[in-house]
Amino acid sequence: MSFNSTDIHSFRDIWVFCEQRDGKLMNTDYELISEGRKLADERGSKLVGVLLGHEIKDIAKELGGYGADKIIVCDHPELKFYTTDAYAKVLCDVVMEEKPEVLLIGATNIGRDLGPRCAARLRTGLTADCTHLDIDTKKYIDFLATSSTLDVANMSFPMEDTNLKMTRPAFGGHLMATIICPRFRPCMSTVRPGVMKKAQFSQEKADACQVVMRHVELSPEDLKTKVINIAKEAKKMVDLIGADIIVSVGRGISKDVDGGILLAQKLADAFGNGVVGGSRAVIDSGWLPADHQVGQTGKTVHPKVYVALGISGAIQHKAGMQDSELIIAVNKDETAPIFDCADYGITGDLFKVVPIMIEAIKETKNA
Amino acid sequence: MRIYVCVKQVPDTSGKVAVNPDGTLNRASMAAIINPDDMSAIEQALRIKDTCACQVTVVTMGPAPAEGMLREIIAMGVDDAVLISAREFGGSDTFATSQIIAAAIHKLGIGKEDMIFCGRQAIDGDTAQVGPQIAEKLGIPQVTYATGIKKSEGLVLVKRMLEDGYMMIEVQTPCLITCVKDKTIKPRYMTLNGIMECYSKPLLVLDYEALKEEPLIELDTIGLKGSPTNIFKSFTPPQKGVGIMLQGSDKEKVDDLVARLANKHVI
Ligand SMILES: Cc1cc2nc3c(=O)[nH]c(=O)nc-3n(C[C@H](O)[C@H](O)[C@H](O)COP(=O)(O)OP(=O)(O)OC[C@H]3O[C@@H](n4cnc5c(N)ncnc54)[C@H](O)[C@@H]3O)c2cc1C
Repeated sequence: MSFNSTDIHSFRDIWVFCEQRDGKLMNTDYELISEGRKLADERGSKLVGVLLGHEIKDIAKELGGYGADKIIVCDHPELKFYTTDAYAKVLCDVVMEEKPEVLLIGATNIGRDLGPRCAARLRTGLTADCTHLDIDTKKYIDFLATSSTLDVANMSFPMEDTNLKMTRPAFGGHLMATIICPRFRPCMSTVRPGVMKKAQFSQEKADACQVVMRHVELSPEDLKTKVINIAKEAKKMVDLIGADIIVSVGRGISKDVDGGILLAQKLADAFGNGVVGGSRAVIDSGWLPADHQVGQTGKTVHPKVYVALGISGAIQHKAGMQDSELIIAVNKDETAPIFDCADYGITGDLFKVVPIMIEAIKETKNA
Repeated sequence: MRIYVCVKQVPDTSGKVAVNPDGTLNRASMAAIINPDDMSAIEQALRIKDTCACQVTVVTMGPAPAEGMLREIIAMGVDDAVLISAREFGGSDTFATSQIIAAAIHKLGIGKEDMIFCGRQAIDGDTAQVGPQIAEKLGIPQVTYATGIKKSEGLVLVKRMLEDGYMMIEVQTPCLITCVKDKTIKPRYMTLNGIMECYSKPLLVLDYEALKEEPLIELDTIGLKGSPTNIFKSFTPPQKGVGIMLQGSDKEKVDDLVARLANKHVI
């Protein structure tokens, strides 16, 4: 089998690696298939998902409902649980045979293990943790016009360019960089969970989606790692990414940690069905578990309402929440940078302000 | 047994970061630190060294002043250091970087029981790519996001973190493991003895001449020019317009806020 990553004209189609755990699709699958559809339309090509696992054929078709034209299913007992060895071998084998132009992988703990391994084997570039993707140059210029301080009107762009333009934060969010991989294929990117919007599901499209089973070759020599067991966190994880209302607390709750978290929960309840998040300072202090962290090294969220209580607004925190639809900040320091991205700011002690806010919201709702 | 620990010196992005008018980072404005996840990798290696006879070698690729960082790490208890440094290597992306580091380790030799530890990711790029790419180039298995590492003959038991739990993974040696921070891994301090001795321990410098003939090096995919990925544009995000600061007593501010939210049908 001949595979040459520099023969860039022999590569076609947009591919998404679809991750499953315990036989269930991940949210990133829906997000990436939805995003991949847009890219495939920009490029005038097909969108193909690749699903690896064991006895998972039945979950494949649903992905068609979000825009996939075809799902390639690789089924093998050794693919039941993720191992780098087995997954990298199977994914690279299909890629080498079918030569996709673009390969997107969700930047989960597993995607970030698989992506670089495959990129090195395929001898191509990989861009990590992307938050925005374009193929069409005009669309990219529109994106820059709204999301950068660049003077795009006075810049020239290669309009015919069909490289995947992969944008990601760098230096902890202080800079954004758009990366291209012009000389090698596939263009590979891991994509940050929670950033790309999930499309409307269409049953008709799901029915039309083609599901193809693919023969998998794995031998014991391919496998140098073995999963002994998988342990789940005993408690239920908080769903920050799916939440409409998030009330986050920062180090500002330090004088009464439990009281502060309780206030945040009550405020979240007053808004209706909200969840509690936290800054890294709160997670590092052990006041909230790690799944509550918002920010560069936590989750990227865009709820309808984000309330920041006693959070200074470090750039790494903002990186995870500044695209929320509406931001309310309470901080006793009027110069706190969180106010720079807040729609509404209140200077004051959160322990005094929040109880009043809870009452006022309840009153308004009951009125 | 030998453990290689790959580390990187990074700008401290937690403080104030200055950006040049052209949208590049003003590195001179920031302090250089040892990448935090790499500190976990060093500690994990030293813990194994505490329990059995093994050599721990710290490896970095970077400009010549990175020697200072390597001496500090030696003072923590590491045996020797390797500095990979050449103008030709500058501007390398993760593909190119991993190729060069893999070539250096290959040159030094990787035995049946040996391991390579890396930090999961560096805070300047946050890519988490270099470790797995080194492993692939050396043709050895990898485990990423490790918080626990137990070595026995020919096998290593690794606790690998997932978003909602963890996996216990058994991996054959030689292997590469990337380490994350965890409350169970507090990096040790330099010792007084370590500091006294750190300048007398071996530090090998590998430059372009030393590595260019290595079988793992492809001269056309290293450095800024050869790297598969290139920066197309870099920019600063626009500051979102400052919103409304509510005025008055706490009660007045809250009432004003709630009225506005009700108007927008948020509540
Ligand atoms: C590589 C890297 C990655 C990072 N990733 C993240 C990340 O993902 N998420 C994240 O959040 N951080 C992250 N950080 C850390 C970040 O730089 C900040 O240190 C952190 O966000 C600060 O948390 P904080 O705002 O809660 O605490 P502080 O900065 O200490 O702010 C506390 C705030 O509370 C206010 N306050 C105090 N008391 C009260 C009161 N009674 N009422 C009202 N206000 C009060 C103070 O005025 C202050 O503004 C990262 C850092 C690095 C280096």
